[in-house]
Amino acid sequence: MTALPRLDGPLSACPACAAAPAAERLAGTAAAPARIILSLPGVHCAGCISAVEAGLAGLPGVASARVNLTLKRVSVAAAPGVAPATLIAALGRLGYEAHELDAGLLSATDTDRQGRDLLMRLGVAGFAMMNVMLLSVAVWSGASDATRDLFHWISAAIAIPTVIFCGRPFFRNAVAALRAGRLGMDVPISLAIILATAISLYETTQGGHHAYFDAAVMLTFFLLAGRYLDHRTRAVARSAAGVLAALEVPRATLIRDGAETEVPLADLRPGDEVRVRPGGRMPADGVVVTGTSERDRSLLTGETLPIFAGPGSAVAAGEVNLTGPLTLKVTAAGRDSSLHRMADLVAVAESARTRYTSLADRAARLYSPGVHLLALAAFGSWMWATGGDLRLAVNIAAAVLIITCPCALGLAVPAVVTAASGRLFRKGLLIKHGTALERLAEVDTVVFDKTGTLTLGAPELQGIDDHDPADLALAAALAGASGHPLAQALHAALAARGVVPAEVTDLREVPGYGVEGKAGGRVVRLGRSGWAGTGEAAVTATYLGRGAGPAVAFTFVDRLRPGATAAVAGLQAQGKRVMLISGDGPGAVADLAARVGIADWTAGALPAEKVARVAALAALGHRALMVGDGLNDTAALAAAHVSVSPASALDAARAASDIVLLGNDIAPVADATRIAGQARRRILENFGISIAYNIVAVPLALAGLATPLAAALAMSLSSVTVSLNALRLK
Amino acid sequence: MNVLAYLIPVSLFLGAIGLAAFVWSLRTRQYDDPEGDARRILNRDWDDRPKP
Repeated sequence: MTALPRLDGPLSACPACAAAPAAERLAGTAAAPARIILSLPGVHCAGCISAVEAGLAGLPGVASARVNLTLKRVSVAAAPGVAPATLIAALGRLGYEAHELDAGLLSATDTDRQGRDLLMRLGVAGFAMMNVMLLSVAVWSGASDATRDLFHWISAAIAIPTVIFCGRPFFRNAVAALRAGRLGMDVPISLAIILATAISLYETTQGGHHAYFDAAVMLTFFLLAGRYLDHRTRAVARSAAGVLAALEVPRATLIRDGAETEVPLADLRPGDEVRVRPGGRMPADGVVVTGTSERDRSLLTGETLPIFAGPGSAVAAGEVNLTGPLTLKVTAAGRDSSLHRMADLVAVAESARTRYTSLADRAARLYSPGVHLLALAAFGSWMWATGGDLRLAVNIAAAVLIITCPCALGLAVPAVVTAASGRLFRKGLLIKHGTALERLAEVDTVVFDKTGTLTLGAPELQGIDDHDPADLALAAALAGASGHPLAQALHAALAARGVVPAEVTDLREVPGYGVEGKAGGRVVRLGRSGWAGTGEAAVTATYLGRGAGPAVAFTFVDRLRPGATAAVAGLQAQGKRVMLISGDGPGAVADLAARVGIADWTAGALPAEKVARVAALAALGHRALMVGDGLNDTAALAAAHVSVSPASALDAARAASDIVLLGNDIAPVADATRIAGQARRRILENFGISIAYNIVAVPLALAGLATPLAAALAMSLSSVTVSLNALRLK
Repeated sequence: MNVLAYLIPVSLFLGAIGLAAFVWSLRTRQYDDPEGDARRILNRDWDDRPKP
């Protein structure tokens, strides 16, 4: 496609960058480098570009890195052995949050090619429009006779190939619409373009005064501009779907005849035995055969307290194994697992959403038949009034079609949507669905999930000063030996305080229970309440058993997601009703609701109850925005009028939601509803502007007073005002 | 009005140069990262020597 050698390595626009891979090829080092694409929601300036590119290029095995600031991505060419996780960790040290993207899905060059194809047609139409317009200005300012005819012929020579080449997207869609028995936007557009060109050609051969070549080309140009903007927005939405490609490889470790083999999830059958390592996700529903551990159910149910798992406990697919290795006997896999049943709930809820008709569709449905009837009426009445002057009647009908052609209408929605989604993207929100912005504008109720949405799902130690320094020193020593999230949070908090760990020997982790060691001749334990020697508290806690006396509880609260309070306050200031529906226990939910200022909260909600609550809101005529991240939210996300999920959410939840929050901060949700409301107002204003122009211009056209100059003026003025209005979005 | 015989081809030719330049920029993918390219020029990394 290009003459420059950039088939491997990142794309670049400068010859020096393009020369780098070529030089490597000469040196024989670039042995098929793997391309890794990372999403970088935080890059925003020239400094970020240098920092990221230099930081990544310094890593071993990385051939080159190129940041795309527009898409907020970095594309890395690295040796096959380089793991994306090391790159993400390196970026984390530089202060940039990064997520891996699926390179295979993103290199979908098909949409890319379509975009460039449209841009090419737009460029050709722009070139033709400028030249034809220059010639037309000469005609309008009084060129006559042979000069006028010459100018018309030159215009025809430019306009006809342009219309044929640039109008193809419209013609193709119009034919498809007619075949399906519909009248889309494209039928009147194609009719106007073709009729204007044909009439003008006929007039030119007859030496007539009026030729509409400029109008035909201008129409093509403005409509292509709208079409290109529309395509860009949809391409971004589609690549957003690529962003959400599953990061985890769906595999399980199957134990067969004592040997472990990696198999795809689809191959699991009930009765199989699988091994789940600490930190891994349960691949299927099952019963624990051997091993003890704790499991984190927060993504499934919203509960923050880890639950004990030992021989005989039933586990569900999607839970995370925390401390010890487990062997499961599969009871339900694939289609029958609880995970999949949840996905079915989503499918049912989603079918409701596809019934939403966008503003543009509603406008087109009113507009197309009206325009055709108007042109037909003009043709008929002029035929009757002039006693059968076909040439005049067709001229006037064409003028009506040109004047009413939805230039401004075609730009009204794409221009606003592009401006708004660009603004939201800069705030870290990725719009996945075409009509999400419009639906977001209608929202009056916002439903939040707790764990992982308003909180980070990361525990934070409470009341560190209430403890005896000796206990803290013991806890610091024990916590450092465990991989359990609570122990690690405790260890980090104590290390930050500068607590010196006590002398503890014989440290060992007892999977499912906690950590044990010997200090001063006594057995000390950190872990579950019963094991450490005390009763369970109602809040998230880990317990320190000192060998004598009752155990001490270290309590944790879930850390608030940054911007949670701001988001809730912002939404409430916009007059929206804010609710919190969580699967967690009442204590934790009430505490969080009080911290962020939500009065209306529900605790202990099962996934089906969440859907029911959201559906009940819809039945009462409310439009709900659901913000959630867990599997237990997935169905509710799909059932809500519009939904947002953070990038840290499970892929099922992200797939079910319309908008993905790329950054860690949740505050942009409040901005999003505000911008969406503004965007909707601008779209309606734009419709108003187009209608106003038509009200002025259509009577002129019907009366036969519309000259090519009037058509050109009306068209360009309305298109420019509509685009400028879209840019007013703040 | 004979000057038109020269001026019209000249204007079309100049316009065609612009169109060709646009097609070239499109083919060499110069619209892939407009924002990044606008910022990269501010960066001093390769001011003294070309990027290796």
